[in-house]
Amino acid sequence: MKHLLSAHDLSRAAAIGLLDTALEFSAVAQRSVPKLPTLRGVTIVNLFFEDSTRTRLSFEAAAKRLSADVMTFQAQGSSVSKGESLKDTAQTVEAMGADIIVLRHGAKGAAHELAHSEWVGTPVINAGDGVGEHPTQALLDAATLRNHLMPQPRGSGLEGLRVVIVGDIAHSRVARSNVSLLTTLGASVTLVGPEIFMPSEVTQWPCETQSSLDEAIAAKPDAIMMLRVQKERIDPEALRGLDEYITEFSLTAARANALPNHSIVLHPGPMNREVEIASEVADSSRSVILDQVKNGVSVRMAALYEVWGDHS
Amino acid sequence: MSARSALSAPDIERTLRRIGHELIEATPEVDSLVLLGIPTRGAVLGRRLGSVISEISGYDIAVGTLDVTLYRDDLAGAGHRTPSPTEIPEGGIDGKVVVLVDDVLFSGRTIRAALDGLTALGRPSAVKLAVLVDRGHRELPIRADHVGKNLPSSLAERVSVRLVEVDGVDEVVVEA
Repeated sequence: MKHLLSAHDLSRAAAIGLLDTALEFSAVAQRSVPKLPTLRGVTIVNLFFEDSTRTRLSFEAAAKRLSADVMTFQAQGSSVSKGESLKDTAQTVEAMGADIIVLRHGAKGAAHELAHSEWVGTPVINAGDGVGEHPTQALLDAATLRNHLMPQPRGSGLEGLRVVIVGDIAHSRVARSNVSLLTTLGASVTLVGPEIFMPSEVTQWPCETQSSLDEAIAAKPDAIMMLRVQKERIDPEALRGLDEYITEFSLTAARANALPNHSIVLHPGPMNREVEIASEVADSSRSVILDQVKNGVSVRMAALYEVWGDHS
Repeated sequence: MSARSALSAPDIERTLRRIGHELIEATPEVDSLVLLGIPTRGAVLGRRLGSVISEISGYDIAVGTLDVTLYRDDLAGAGHRTPSPTEIPEGGIDGKVVVLVDDVLFSGRTIRAALDGLTALGRPSAVKLAVLVDRGHRELPIRADHVGKNLPSSLAERVSVRLVEVDGVDEVVVEA
């Protein structure tokens, strides 16, 4: 794996390899000295053209636990246009010694473009490209599902698991990457949301869709993932229906209680409490949201480790 | 490709018994031993050696595994390598006599990595090295305390340790 650009690129074997590697890194996190010398001397640059405190911190933590050096470039605002500017910035950080570039960009396909241009020779990890993909988020979700729901996590996929993803699917790279990765690993995915939140191409995705959250819950899923209502990406006109959205699609305590006992609740964060998820549910024992954060560091360590192992 | 047998299945069993006796003799407090096998085949040998020592000494010897992949110095461009689990026995390694167990001692780089890995896990009172085969060609100042068989080899040769648990057969062969 020279780059990690899309969950779609990952074969089942490659995905399981990454998750197994991440499992070892999770074990290291339990030690009194949670640090490995594996990427000593390697410089990792977080190139963030779009704000994302969590993803950036998670990649920084991952890099530091592997003893890499980290530099962060944070371009404020969306005025940084694609093309020349991405090229110039990337070449500049490579000239400063970047060995791996972690890219967050507002434009779909930016990471792919950087990886396949001749601009830089470093491995590229996609940390979110507009409404495109967010492969490390899908990996951390898969790791969390596997740890909680599969009897023997190491070496296994997600065979037989039924996962419901609820919310603004159209604006969600998290949903896109998850549909791809979770189905590659053998889970079946049902997307739930109002019609305006469903992308037109959803019929071609390897998943079911459902317009009623209550019906999706009645089907007894193993896990339910609530997406953030991304106010910043939505047309203000559509926001008028927010109250209605909350009534129909918020994971309330009553809805959570209707889930089977073993079912878990995920959220990629940051949460809008009392919008897509009730505080009571977010803080309940079903909620694995903080495990997702922990697994995020481990899968990002695995991604850095693997692209470095495969770069030439 | 020609292959010659260096150790047969009974040879391997006898060798492990001998190393077991040596370790007991060299360790005044046998119950302070912690055997850590280096995956893949060192981990198998570590478990076997643990049962041998438990049987001879009557103590229940602690056995674990120590994966060194993440401590190697040749990772860049080395390709996909999923680390194997590191399993440290309950009771840890602080103040214990840790015996690293591996199948073949060659350049010494694996053992260098293992020593680095150990420092992150605790502070043993002593660390020893037991290997089934020492084939020479050291690149680092590392030697084994207990060697099953010294097997002088040329760099062009390949020394293969095969064990029932992994390969379905017990044998050590040298292939040219």
